[in-house]
Amino acid sequence: MTADRTGTRGPDPALVDDCVHCGFCLPTCPTYVLWGEEMDSPRGRIHLMQQSIDTGQVTDAMSQHWDACLGCMACVTACPSGVQYDRLIEQTRALVEHEHERSRSERALRGLIFATFPYSRRLRLLRGPLRVAQRTGLDRALRRTGLLDRLAPSLAAMERLAPRIGRADALPERATARGERRAVVGLLTGCVQGAFFPGVNAATVRVLTAEGCDVVIPPGQGCCGALSVHNGRDEEARAFARGVVDTFDRAGVDQVVVNAAGCGSAMKEYADLLADDPAYAQRAQIFAGRVRDVAELLDELGPVAPRHPVEAVVAYHDACHLAHAQGVRMQPRRLLEAIPGVELREIPEPELCCGSAGVYNLLNPEPARELGKRKAANIVATGADVLVTANPGCLMQVAASLEAAARRQGGRPMRLAHTVEVIDAAIQGRPLS
Amino acid sequence: MTAAAIDPVAARARALLPPDAVITDPARLRTYECDGLAHYRVVPALVVIPEDSGQLAAVVRACAEHGVPFVARGSGTGLSGGALPHAEGVLVVTSRMRAISAVRADDQRAVVEPGVINLDVTKAATPGGYYYAPDPSSQQICSIGGNVAENSGGAHCLKYGFTTNHVLAADFVTAQGDTVRIGTAAPDSPGYDLLGAVIGSEGTLGVVTSVTLRLVRLPEEVRTMLVGFDSTDHAGAAVSAIIAAGIVPAAIEMMDALAIEAAEEAVHCHYPDGAGAVLVIELDGPAVEVEAEYVEVERLCREAGAFEQRVATDAVDRALIWKGRKSAFAAVGRISPDYIVQDGVIPRTALPEVLAAIAELSRSSGVRVANVFHAGDGNLHPLVLFDESHEGEGDAAEEVSGAILDLCIAHGGSITGEHGVGADKARYLPRMYDEADLDTMQLVRCAFDPQSIANPGKVFPTPRLCGEVPGRRSGVHPAQEAGLAEVF
Repeated sequence: MTADRTGTRGPDPALVDDCVHCGFCLPTCPTYVLWGEEMDSPRGRIHLMQQSIDTGQVTDAMSQHWDACLGCMACVTACPSGVQYDRLIEQTRALVEHEHERSRSERALRGLIFATFPYSRRLRLLRGPLRVAQRTGLDRALRRTGLLDRLAPSLAAMERLAPRIGRADALPERATARGERRAVVGLLTGCVQGAFFPGVNAATVRVLTAEGCDVVIPPGQGCCGALSVHNGRDEEARAFARGVVDTFDRAGVDQVVVNAAGCGSAMKEYADLLADDPAYAQRAQIFAGRVRDVAELLDELGPVAPRHPVEAVVAYHDACHLAHAQGVRMQPRRLLEAIPGVELREIPEPELCCGSAGVYNLLNPEPARELGKRKAANIVATGADVLVTANPGCLMQVAASLEAAARRQGGRPMRLAHTVEVIDAAIQGRPLS
Repeated sequence: MTAAAIDPVAARARALLPPDAVITDPARLRTYECDGLAHYRVVPALVVIPEDSGQLAAVVRACAEHGVPFVARGSGTGLSGGALPHAEGVLVVTSRMRAISAVRADDQRAVVEPGVINLDVTKAATPGGYYYAPDPSSQQICSIGGNVAENSGGAHCLKYGFTTNHVLAADFVTAQGDTVRIGTAAPDSPGYDLLGAVIGSEGTLGVVTSVTLRLVRLPEEVRTMLVGFDSTDHAGAAVSAIIAAGIVPAAIEMMDALAIEAAEEAVHCHYPDGAGAVLVIELDGPAVEVEAEYVEVERLCREAGAFEQRVATDAVDRALIWKGRKSAFAAVGRISPDYIVQDGVIPRTALPEVLAAIAELSRSSGVRVANVFHAGDGNLHPLVLFDESHEGEGDAAEEVSGAILDLCIAHGGSITGEHGVGADKARYLPRMYDEADLDTMQLVRCAFDPQSIANPGKVFPTPRLCGEVPGRRSGVHPAQEAGLAEVF
C-alpha cells in the first residue's frame, strides 16, 4: 500500500502498523541515546504518528519530537520487523510542513536554509562575506540578532573547513576514460559538495577516468532535492527531482555516480517520490536504478589502475545515508583496504550518527554538537591519523568536532578525506593532502 | 484513591528533577502506555525519568507518603507486560540511569546502574577478557534493571544460569523509599537470601538502583553450528542425545519452519533450505574440550537425521547465525500482522510430545504457531499468529496460547521460563499454585510492601491488601501434631 502523496498527507497507517514495539531500534537512535526518552526514539515517534492518525491532530509536542529526529535511518537497519521508518518520517514531515504552524523564528530559519543550500551558486556567494565577517568581527554583532546566533556556529565551521575557493579547476563537461572504456557515467556534483569540497569532485573525475569511465558532467544540473525531501518539503523536492531526471536523461549515461551519501540516497528513492506523477513515474524508476554511490560503482567495476602505497592509518566513518539508507558498507572498506599501506580501523558505536544529518546541525545545534563530540571521542580512540567518510555533511561535522576535541585536549586535529580522495592519492602516487 | 493524589507526587518530582524528566503532557505520556507487549495499554498519570538513585528514591518516597502506586520500567522491552503502567500511578523510568560505575575484571565484578543495557556490560568487560553471560534475545536493548526484575534468561543460560546466578548485590529502594543494600560482593551472603526474593519479583517489592554483577571469562574457543533437520522430532531427538551424552553446550536453540521463514525474510541469515527445523548449537570452553565435544555433537546430529551441518567460519558468520535466532520474535512481524509470544517450560524429554500436541492445537483451531525455543532447557517460545483486523482471530489465538500453557503445566512444566508473569499471565498463576502457595507469596510481598503500591496488579491474579489474613488454617498443623514444631 502506498500513501497518497497528493491527497491526504501524513504517515501511512499500514506502515505505522508494522511496528511491533519490540524496542530493537532504541540503542541505535541518536536522540534516544542522548536523552533516554521514549518520545525521542523511533518506536516513540511511530507511536506519536499513530496518535496523530487517531486524533487527526499535530500538536506542538508531536512536531517537536519528530523535528528532533535526525533521519539517520539507523533504526531502519536495526528493525527486525522491516518497518519503513524512512518513508514514515518523510510522510510525517510533509504533514508537519503543511499543517503545523511553526514559530516565526523557526520559519525564518528554515526559509533561509532552503533558499540557500539547494543552490550551489548562492552557497559559494555566501562564503566570501562570511570570511570577511569573521575577520572584521561583524559576526559578533550579527550574533546578537538571535537568528544568526543559531546559524553562525555551523556556517563558521563550514567556512573553517571548506577548501579556499577558486583553487579548484573548473570541471569539464566530459572527461574521457583512460585506456579501454568500461562505462559512461554521469556525475552529480552536488550543492554543498560542489561549493565547499570541489576537490572531492575533481578527485572523483580523476579516479573514474583512471578506472576506464567516460564521465559526463552536465552543466546546470541543480539540486537533487535531498534536503527538501528529508525535511518534508515534498513539492520542492519533486521539482528538483524532475530537473535532475531531465538533465541526466539528456546526458545519455549508463549510470549516474554520486559522491555525496545524502544525495545518492534521495536519488535512489525518486521512484517513490515521483510515483504519482504520470509524466515522470516510469522515468524516475529507470533513473533510480542507474544511481550508484561512487564506492559502489568502483567496487562493481573492480580496479584496473595500479595503486601506489599510501601510508595511513584510516578510520572509516559510515555516513548514515550511505550505510543505513543505501546499505553501502563493505564497498568503501574493500576499496580502502586494497590500497597498499592503508591500515583500516573500525570506529566504536559505528551505527550512531555524527549529528550532521543534512541541515540538522543548523536546525538543532545542541544535540548535533553533543553527537559530534561523542563521535569525535570514538574516532580519536581508534588512534587513526586520517578520518575517511563519504558525505560532505559528515566531513564538516566531524571536522568541527575533531577540532573542538583537539582544542580541549591539545594536539593536532586529525586529517580528513573523502574515500575517493584516498583512492585518487593512491592512483596518482601522491601523498594524501 | 483520587486523581488528585498524583499532584503532590508530581510537585515533589518537579522540585527535585530537571524539567524534562517529569512528563505530564498527554501525547508524551501515551508513548509510555505499553512495553514490549503492546496489546496491553494503560496511560500512566505521571512519568518520571530520574538521573540518579537519590532522585529515584525521593520519587518512591513521595509515592509511599501519598499512597500512590508506582511501576518501574527499564527499556520497555518486556514481553509479559511487567512494566505496564498504572492509570493512577507513576511510571519510574530508569533509562537515564545508565552509568557503568565499575568493571573489575580481576574480581570478575561489574557495578552498574539499572538502566544500563545488558550488551553494554559485555562491551565494557570484553577488553579485559570477560563478559556478562545472561543474554536475552533483546540483549542489545533490554536493561539490567529489567533483567533483575524478570530474572531474565537467554540462549546461553543452559550452561551459565539465569540472571539470579549472576547478581551478587544490589542497592534496593524499598516501597517506602528507603535505600538498602542487599547481598555482598562475596560469592555468597549469610542470612536470608533477600536478593533471591528480589530477583524475579517483577518490581513488586521495590526498585534496584545499583547492581553488582558477576562477569564470566571469555572462553578460549567458541564453535557455533547450524544444523538442519527435516522435522522438529528429529531435531528434538538430537537435543536429547547430546544432553544424554553428558555434553552441556553453551546453547542449543531450535526453530521450526515457520520461524525460519520469518527470520530468513528479516535478516537473510542463510539457514538451510527446506529445513523443517534447525538447531543452533554453540560449544565453548578450552579448545581441546570444544574439539572433542564437537566431534561427538556432529555424530549425534548426523545419527538423528541432520541433513546439513555448518560451522561458523568467523565472528561475522557466527553473528549472522545468532542474528537469525535473536531477531526471530520481531521478525515474525513480517509474516503475520499480530502475534503472541508465548513462554512456557517443559521437561526436555517431553519435547516431541508437546510439539505434536501444539501442532494438533494449531491444526484443529486453524491458528498458525511458529516455534522458537531454548531446546536445551525445555523453554518453549511458541509464537501464536493472528490478524487483529479479522474478527475473532485475536480470541482464537488467545485460546491457543492459553491451551499451550495448560500443556506445559500438564507435562510438569511452568507457565513462564524467563519472560515473567507480569500482567499477561497473572490469571494463569492459580493453575500452577494452590491457595496456600499464593498466600505464602503474598506474605512475602506484604513484608516488603505493606501498602501494595509497588507494581500492583502484576504477578498475582487477585489484588489483595496486606491487612487481610490470607487463608488461615484451622486446627492443628500436621507438623505440630507430629511433634516437629511448636507454636510460639
